[in-house]
Amino acid sequence: MIPAGFEYHRPADVASAISILKQHGDEARVVAGGHSLIPMMKLRMADLAHLVDLQDIGEMKGIQVGADTAVLGAMVTQHEMITHEGLAAAIPLIREAALQIADPQVRYVGTVGGNVANGDPGNDMPGLMQCLDAQFELAGADGSRTVAARDFYEAAYFTARDDEEILTRIHIPVPSAGTGYAYEKQKRKIGDYATAASAVLITMDGGTCASASIAMTNLADTPIWAEAAAAALVGTSLDEAARAAAVAAAIDVIDPVSDNRGPVDFKKHVAGVILRRAIDRAASRAS
Amino acid sequence: MSKMHVKMTVNGKEVEALAEPRTLLIHFLREDLKITGPHIGCETSHCGACTVDIDGKSVKSCTVFVAQANGADVTTVEGLVNEDGTLGVIQEMFREHHGLQCGFCTPGMITRAHRLLQENPTPSEEEVRFGMAGNLCRCTGYQNIVKSILAAADHLNAQKEAAE
Repeated sequence: MIPAGFEYHRPADVASAISILKQHGDEARVVAGGHSLIPMMKLRMADLAHLVDLQDIGEMKGIQVGADTAVLGAMVTQHEMITHEGLAAAIPLIREAALQIADPQVRYVGTVGGNVANGDPGNDMPGLMQCLDAQFELAGADGSRTVAARDFYEAAYFTARDDEEILTRIHIPVPSAGTGYAYEKQKRKIGDYATAASAVLITMDGGTCASASIAMTNLADTPIWAEAAAAALVGTSLDEAARAAAVAAAIDVIDPVSDNRGPVDFKKHVAGVILRRAIDRAASRAS
Repeated sequence: MSKMHVKMTVNGKEVEALAEPRTLLIHFLREDLKITGPHIGCETSHCGACTVDIDGKSVKSCTVFVAQANGADVTTVEGLVNEDGTLGVIQEMFREHHGLQCGFCTPGMITRAHRLLQENPTPSEEEVRFGMAGNLCRCTGYQNIVKSILAAADHLNAQKEAAE
């Protein structure tokens, strides 16, 4: 419950935040909503001498929805994503998923940037961003660079972000009109990380699946973009054979571990069930 | 670790103090300000017994450092009484509908319900249950908490209509 002491910083812009990170190296960490970091600090699993609070950095806030791309500041909260009507109209998958994350209090403060940068495979947004083919903008001392969500995750708590970089913005392609979507999550209770979860986007042309994207959450030490599973749907009528092939392909690329949520075989079974449900719901919404 | 100067508004009053940045807001409220309505029920940010309202948001004050809350406007259950000191509508409805037993979750429940009803003045039962899902209760089984909040919504809406 009691975190160790630290020096507190509240910079007003990204450049100042990065210079504090550079000055203190791995002694320093940024805090966004604080709802993953502070619990770890209270358990003394995270140890740092300098805490860099990003709450005053205006350039990391706000939601802009354009015709082709939505841009989310990394400090946008789950609550803001849920209540933003423009975002919900353009990318309804985000609201559906965000409502399955944590609980109201946590959603008021937990941010999208913290969720995707945290690196915990239990987080829901990473798989969602892979499904949507989002791009993460990282600012560092030498300027900024962009990394695809599909290339960002290396292992549990290891990402492509360098210690002295800050994830500032997320760029998400707006799916074409009529794209079916679903985020299906099996969990033990409100606020739990997924036993298995799946994000699905499907477009249909007549009775045929024209394109698909599938990502799986908390079924490996990173989110999994299941390219072969999506490919198994494309060009089909989403008949039983195609759905079974997609499920088989997805189960083939996940690598769950046994824990309190169940043994490996159970998780693979649940992964198949939730993926089927996600495909069905996405298909029912595609037009 | 050096202390920092903190200033915030709590239940409408400006407070200033010296505190270590690592002090959790719940401890600052309870131990420095002696505002002991908000409680601590866990150390993993699940139970919501520490819920307070910060700048119009329901927040678990066990998961906020006092440094982060510097400059904030905070309301606790103590700030939700009527101006004359009598129970606020939500508080009164928790009493009338037996929405509490041991009372340990109640300050967090009422503070969360306050924000929920600001955002959704006419919630369904399902919306109340989902909207209160960040608050655990060991005693009531939730049923009477839901009744209390639905009754409070009716009262608040009637008051609003009467005022118009």
